[in-house]
Amino acid sequence: MSENVLHLENVTMQFGGVVAANDVCLDVNEGEIVALIGPNGAGKTTVFNVITGVYPPTNGRVTLRGKVIAEDQPRGKMRKLYAGGHAYEYPHTVNQTPDRITKLGMARTFQNIRLFKSMTVFENVLVAKHMNMKAGFFRTALHLNGAEERRMREDTLKLLEILDLTDVKDEIATALPYGKQRRLEIARALSTNPSMLLLDEPAAGMNPQETEELCAFIRQIKERFGLTVLLIEHDMNLVMDISDRIYVLNFGALIAEGTPAEIQQNPDVITAYLGVAET
Amino acid sequence: MIQAQPTIKPKKLDAATIITIAIIGVVYLLAFVLEQVMPATSMLFTVLKKGATYALVAVSMNLLNGFTGLFSLGQAGFMLIGSYAFAILTIPVAQRLSVYQYYDGGLVQFSLPWLVAIVLAGLFAALFAFLIGLPVLRLKSDYLAIATLGFAEIIRAIFQWDKIGTLTNGSNLLRLFPTFADFNVRDESGQVLVYWSTFVPFVIAGVCIAFILMLINSSYGRAFKAIRDDETAAEAMGINLAKHKMIAFCTSSFFAGVGGAMLAMYANSVQAKSFTTAMTYEILLIVVIGGIGSVTGSVMSAFLFVASSEWWLRFLDQEQMIGAWKVPLLRNGFRLVVFSLIIMAVVLFFRQGIMGSRELPDLFRKRHKLAGKGARKA
Repeated sequence: MSENVLHLENVTMQFGGVVAANDVCLDVNEGEIVALIGPNGAGKTTVFNVITGVYPPTNGRVTLRGKVIAEDQPRGKMRKLYAGGHAYEYPHTVNQTPDRITKLGMARTFQNIRLFKSMTVFENVLVAKHMNMKAGFFRTALHLNGAEERRMREDTLKLLEILDLTDVKDEIATALPYGKQRRLEIARALSTNPSMLLLDEPAAGMNPQETEELCAFIRQIKERFGLTVLLIEHDMNLVMDISDRIYVLNFGALIAEGTPAEIQQNPDVITAYLGVAET
Repeated sequence: MIQAQPTIKPKKLDAATIITIAIIGVVYLLAFVLEQVMPATSMLFTVLKKGATYALVAVSMNLLNGFTGLFSLGQAGFMLIGSYAFAILTIPVAQRLSVYQYYDGGLVQFSLPWLVAIVLAGLFAALFAFLIGLPVLRLKSDYLAIATLGFAEIIRAIFQWDKIGTLTNGSNLLRLFPTFADFNVRDESGQVLVYWSTFVPFVIAGVCIAFILMLINSSYGRAFKAIRDDETAAEAMGINLAKHKMIAFCTSSFFAGVGGAMLAMYANSVQAKSFTTAMTYEILLIVVIGGIGSVTGSVMSAFLFVASSEWWLRFLDQEQMIGAWKVPLLRNGFRLVVFSLIIMAVVLFFRQGIMGSRELPDLFRKRHKLAGKGARKA
């Protein structure tokens, strides 16, 4: 068994009375491509947002390479409302902000593309280099960090080259065709030098051919950058093709886990997706 | 795949940049030469001095509102702090008794050189910004605007409070500190040899605006724009929102404070009650007319605004005769009506302001690049 990268332990996310994610336990190991699937509204993006620090979990713990990045127990009004399991087993409160988590090596893309719309493709990718800057505010503002700035720009150019975006690097990001915008989002995420990449519906809105290209593209960057990948996706061809393991979420709870072949045969999953025949 | 090897070209000065530098150089030269040859009482110099001050404050507001996307309306408050800090620190010790006549000469019994005081004025404003920013920067858009507006009002009230009058002189004027006119070199008889009173504010504003421009074009500037475009994505790219918003807020306030000090030097006196909300709105108006996200726009519209309100439209306030015919409508206050109409026209027909998001060099570059920049609003 290879090293564990991401570990979710009894993560529950409750909004008021709505349990969006319920006791989710999930593991992603080094070098794997893991998919998180489920019908609409199953809580996939909620789980993503908990992992990336957008929401603090209501209960449970998330660790990244053994380091706790989020941990909490129900508090305040939630003490009465809480409907998940394993309450009060996690006494510490850890709540790393998304930028800290990104610095720890986990980058993400968004379901609805969120590019910096006033910037060029090049700048979009360059921005992600900002967090690792060594020069302080005044040195940067007075442009005294020339060597560092040049290195940031060179790294960005190299990355654009690898991802085949060099020819559009001076275009405004939102002027790109849809498929390229998706690719740019991934490029921007890779620019933070992640060891783990989270993709939220990378194939949304793509035609079958584009999806096939995306599939190859994900494999390619995974090898090239030594990534571990967790992705949410509705396109079953992509999921079955690319994933090492699959987690299935329905109504906030995990209902199945296994290899693509196992998941395809799982009666619970089939029920969740297709419903039960009335008898 | 055959692709060109990526290389970073060393920065070269293109024609557009050279033209821009030339224009700025000519403006500064004109400011200096005109001052020597024209009568010092000309309205032009009033406009240039106040224009330079407003240009700096407008650019500082643009840094926050236009480039970082934080809608703050506290500018008058930070200018007030800058004005007071400058005045309090520079009034000559010998004059303090006459200025603080109701407070036995006041608390502060030393006097600093103007350059030190102007930097301290900015630092005081930045310090206040830091303290205010801790709670307030968690708010977004309209809420932030209301909170900062409230702060400016509170500051204005507090500085008029007579319990701290030994420091602020209560609601009385602060005066007799160095002004722009003191930069003129005089001989013993008081005759002016070289006029500097317009050039010096130009230099102060120029240095500050140059710093803001460099900041905007640095990695921090990119981070600010990222926050403006999409906070969630910026945070996911590792940008610490709280830290960067605070940096933008403090930097902006620093230069608002410096602008406040310049306003004090321009006006020869400081009084808290003149730093009204209307002043913030004037500056906001300058930023909007110039183009949110354009430093050049803010500077240009600051001068246009000041020239219109102080000079060009003044004739509308007096009865004018053309031959024997008395022009109707012209009377005291009519200037403001015309002014409002102009502003409405600008807002209706130049939605993006004079410059949009373009800068001066962009005007001399090829069109297709501009088309790309214009597309950002789409």
